[in-house]
Amino acid sequence: MIEVINLHKSFNGQEVLRGINLKVNDGQTLALIGGSGKGKSVLLKHIIGLLKPDSGKILINNEDISKLRGLKLKRLKERFGMVFQGGALFDSLTVFENVAFPLREKTRMKVSQIRETVFEELAEVGLSGAENKYPSEISGGMKKRVALARCLVMNPEIILFDEPTTGLDPLTGKAIHKMIRSCQKSYKFTAVMVTHEIPDIFSLVDRVAMLYNGSILAEGTPEEIQDSKDPVIHQFIHGELEGPLSIR
Amino acid sequence: MSQILTLFRIIGAFVISVIRETGRIGVFLAEAVFWIPFPPYLFGRVIKQIYFIGVKTTLVILLTGTFTGMVLALQIYFTLSEFGAESRLGPIVALSLIKELGPVICALMVTGRAGSALAAEIGIMRITEQIDALDTMALNPYKYLIVPNLIAGIISLPLLNFIFVFVGVWGGYAVGIGLMGLSSGTYFGGIKDFVDSADILEGLYKSLSFGILITWISCYKGYFTGYGAEGVSKSTTQAVVLSSVTILIWDYFLTSILVA
Repeated sequence: MIEVINLHKSFNGQEVLRGINLKVNDGQTLALIGGSGKGKSVLLKHIIGLLKPDSGKILINNEDISKLRGLKLKRLKERFGMVFQGGALFDSLTVFENVAFPLREKTRMKVSQIRETVFEELAEVGLSGAENKYPSEISGGMKKRVALARCLVMNPEIILFDEPTTGLDPLTGKAIHKMIRSCQKSYKFTAVMVTHEIPDIFSLVDRVAMLYNGSILAEGTPEEIQDSKDPVIHQFIHGELEGPLSIR
Repeated sequence: MSQILTLFRIIGAFVISVIRETGRIGVFLAEAVFWIPFPPYLFGRVIKQIYFIGVKTTLVILLTGTFTGMVLALQIYFTLSEFGAESRLGPIVALSLIKELGPVICALMVTGRAGSALAAEIGIMRITEQIDALDTMALNPYKYLIVPNLIAGIISLPLLNFIFVFVGVWGGYAVGIGLMGLSSGTYFGGIKDFVDSADILEGLYKSLSFGILITWISCYKGYFTGYGAEGVSKSTTQAVVLSSVTILIWDYFLTSILVA
């Protein structure tokens, strides 16, 4: 279970997160929505331990990731996977090598086993035949699928997705969402997904949380969020220009 | 009064930023050195980086070394001939190359070719979140990116320096013997008489320390690059400028220590 308690974070005197409280149960998928540049990715990076909070706690199965150091932190991170906005694939490695990378570096699997596992994962995300291509030779959608395969190959308990469909056409975006959902069902990982794909995302996730003014404005099932009478939520999910939200 | 205060404020801010940057760069090196003894030992990456920093700079070193030796011989020969001391050409060329020009020019060449590329490569990895990706896989970015470069720098620079001095001495030979008509025995005999192991060690210490300086500064600038293409471009320029300036300043202080 992921539990964020009263998380605060500032950059150069500007407070980005102002007391975030959030809970994600095991096996759930939570969509994190909110305006651009409002701290959603910052929150994700706190959950995975890439950033340290100014104050507050981030509990992963009751262990505060922000307080852990050394081997304990390493062990906890091994239970995570993250799909970055741009994929964050190693550009000097092929698709095969990218997916094989964590297996080569973190396991004692034989070369033949690694090969078999990578081919299986690539087939799972529909990328059979692209093994020898470099990241610069594949499309944005393919990059995100390779990034997902690179995560899945280590069978993590928790996967964080930072805008997994940004920059993709609607069809590819939907295909990626469907793939994430089907992988989530078969691998049973807990997922937190930063996304702007509204309303598509409502049919794919278990919970939705909206970040506003540095804190969680509302959290609930997709239905509860869609039926919310809060003018900010209503304006945001319906994409209305008029309302309490200002566009900067 | 307010103008004086503003001036003090500006000076204060500058001093604080220099101290902060010095502290950060020091901690960066300390962290990289701390991880060297711990597994995994990435021999493959070290060899790859030796190829990148060392082998790929060899042609540049061959060219600059040869012509540095040649021009040195040409300049020194005419000066020495005024005093009738042409026989000292060999040792002067060799000592200049071994103790000073070899390590320094070599380091500047490596900075220009490999240091800039290192800063750019690591900087691009930073802005495309590849370093964060390593971190989220519970792999230590220092271990994977910085340590292999540091070790490769420590190994490559002395070897490149040796090549530089070797071809430089032969470049001097080509000018001294081929053009000016000195005898081969005079040239090499002088070198044998005047160059001792302490001179060679001085050059070795310098090239070793320059190897650390170049990779340390270049990796640091790339690792903490700014945003976007402009950030990487700035980091690359800063890596080259800071490395070059530091090499020359450190050269003076190290020489003072070694001479003393």
